[in-house]
Amino acid sequence: MHMRTVEISVGAFVLAGALALVFLAVKVSGVNLSQSSDSYVVQARFDDVAGLRPRAKVSMAGVTVGRVARIEVDMEYGEAIVYLEIQGQPGNLSLDTGAQILTEGILGARYVSLLPGADVETLADGDLIEETQGALVLENLVGDLITRLGAS
Amino acid sequence: MMDLVRALGDRSLERLGSLGRASVMWAAALWGLPRLSELPLVIRQIYNVGVLSLIIIVLSAFSIGAVIALQFYTQLARFGAEDAVGLGLALVLLRELGPVVTGLLFAGRAGSAVTAEIGLMKTTEQLSSMEMMGVDPLRRIVAPRLWAGMISLPLLTAMFNVVAIYGGMVVAVEWLGSDVGSFWSGMQDSVELWEDVGKGMVKSVLFAIVVTWIAVFQGYDTDPTPEGIGLATTRTVVTSSVMILAMDFILTLSMYGEFK
Amino acid sequence: MTEAAAGQAVQTPVVTPLIEIEDLVFRRGERLIFDGLSMTVPTGSITALMGPSGCGKTTLLRIIGGQLKPDSGSVRVRGRDVTRLKRAELLELRKDIGMLFQSSALFTDLSVFENVAFPLREHTDLPEDAIRDLVLIKLNSVGLRGARDLMPSQLSGGMARRVALARAIALDPCLLMYDEPFTGQDPISMGVVVSLIRRLNSALGATSLLVSHDIHETAGISDEIFILDAGKVVAGGEPSALANHESDRVRQFITGSPDGPVPFHYPADELAYDLLGGFRR
Repeated sequence: MHMRTVEISVGAFVLAGALALVFLAVKVSGVNLSQSSDSYVVQARFDDVAGLRPRAKVSMAGVTVGRVARIEVDMEYGEAIVYLEIQGQPGNLSLDTGAQILTEGILGARYVSLLPGADVETLADGDLIEETQGALVLENLVGDLITRLGAS
Repeated sequence: MMDLVRALGDRSLERLGSLGRASVMWAAALWGLPRLSELPLVIRQIYNVGVLSLIIIVLSAFSIGAVIALQFYTQLARFGAEDAVGLGLALVLLRELGPVVTGLLFAGRAGSAVTAEIGLMKTTEQLSSMEMMGVDPLRRIVAPRLWAGMISLPLLTAMFNVVAIYGGMVVAVEWLGSDVGSFWSGMQDSVELWEDVGKGMVKSVLFAIVVTWIAVFQGYDTDPTPEGIGLATTRTVVTSSVMILAMDFILTLSMYGEFK
Repeated sequence: MTEAAAGQAVQTPVVTPLIEIEDLVFRRGERLIFDGLSMTVPTGSITALMGPSGCGKTTLLRIIGGQLKPDSGSVRVRGRDVTRLKRAELLELRKDIGMLFQSSALFTDLSVFENVAFPLREHTDLPEDAIRDLVLIKLNSVGLRGARDLMPSQLSGGMARRVALARAIALDPCLLMYDEPFTGQDPISMGVVVSLIRRLNSALGATSLLVSHDIHETAGISDEIFILDAGKVVAGGEPSALANHESDRVRQFITGSPDGPVPFHYPADELAYDLLGGFRR
């Protein structure tokens, strides 16, 4: 075959491979290339995050507004610190916004749901969400139920 | 009994010997980066091993993706977790099936062709005559094929994964009626760039090195007869396949250690 | 200069040897292929190596070309010991050696033109039109200028060998080695190859070393024939002299009789014994 045809098809091949890699990175693993430009991070402390993972959804009223950036543990207080990456400029969440960890369906993935507050002041980059409710752990609920049934 | 031990010993020594010859060949061929004037040779070989393998890779990827999605869907639907189809598909492909299946197909399609080609060159004295013209066949014939294989297989793996995910999506979304949004978002929520995509590609690069090395060496070390070429081709496919599967197990153990 | 050295210089024949082989020993595994072989090839001659199949004729060519290393002994080409050359020096030396392989060994993925151009492109920095001219001259000398755009798979065996010959002489070598140039050729292309070898040898002023077991063609073309057997040169001389050689083996080889000192039968028990009783063992 003519060398030129070979060169062109090899060029197309390498390009297709590179595009496939970009696709895997962006569309499949969900890396947001423009994340640094307009987003900010707030913290929330939970007593139990049970199964919440980095890059889980952060939603408000059912609409995704951000992702979990990372999760750390505070050994001193025995609490989990969750860093939430919120889309947009600081100023769109009021100071008394609440956060709770919910589950999609019964067995689905954990996500963070934000509850709108009423304060005029807003959360700035790095601020802490005070009002939190940790994950409901099924075993604890069942345990509670058994204790109560036993008591009555 | 002694005969058996002796035969076993002979065989191991022979294996050790070919490993030694293979290492020397590899080192000699890849000594120094390819010169710019050798680039057309590499391009020609990427065409032979990469572009010509594309059809079989794409077809297999589509049907494998579709089948996995079908199986996941029917099993997950029993727990009401159909939304996890995309996630399961992506993880299985990126971490295991993508690199492994592409590697196996590559060994069968391109590896065997490389072995047969170099074996034929050796049998018809093309390698010797090149050497007698003062041109080193390791640089001229072996090195471009090694580079081409190491470049092509990871690219093919990436394309395999994309096509397979697309094939799975066609089944889960278009046919079984899963929700497109949750197919992708389920995937994006849990697939991690380095942990899943990155480590899968690392596997693929390692497979590429091993498969092309085996293919080129078997050709170069062929017994220069027609039967020799046939045997060498078979050996390439068998050895590469076994090596890919064994390496995959070890790599998975060491990369995703939490399974221990 | 001492008197002894001066005396030696007078004795040296006018034709200096291009290849001198002394006490060559070569083993392949357990098998001893060459056992103290010595011979010289004078510059400008056509010398033939003959011998029964498997006596190591091709191996000898490869040792001369430096592709195989002997166990001991020396092989000097133009006074330089091939067995002691470094890799780079060896590559340099090979530019002066053209070799025609038994299977022609054309590069199957290159056209006839590119095959002949290959050594020029690898070893010279000539501009494209100079390479073109040289290739066409070389192809013309083997009569295949018109076949320049064919691929090796489209050539007949005889044509392939002539292209390989054009490629072997592309760099105007001083030594041409031919490995079984007459094997598998029809009478016409055999005649073509014979006349080409003779013509190229005188035109290039080269020395030719020829390996063959076609006694007739070889005898007609060569100045000197060496006969190898059991790892040694058993006879050497002009073709006419060899036919009356005192050794039975040499005469059997030259006349080509099926049985003689080289037996027709592979060593075995008596036929009658084998048929009657061999079964019971």
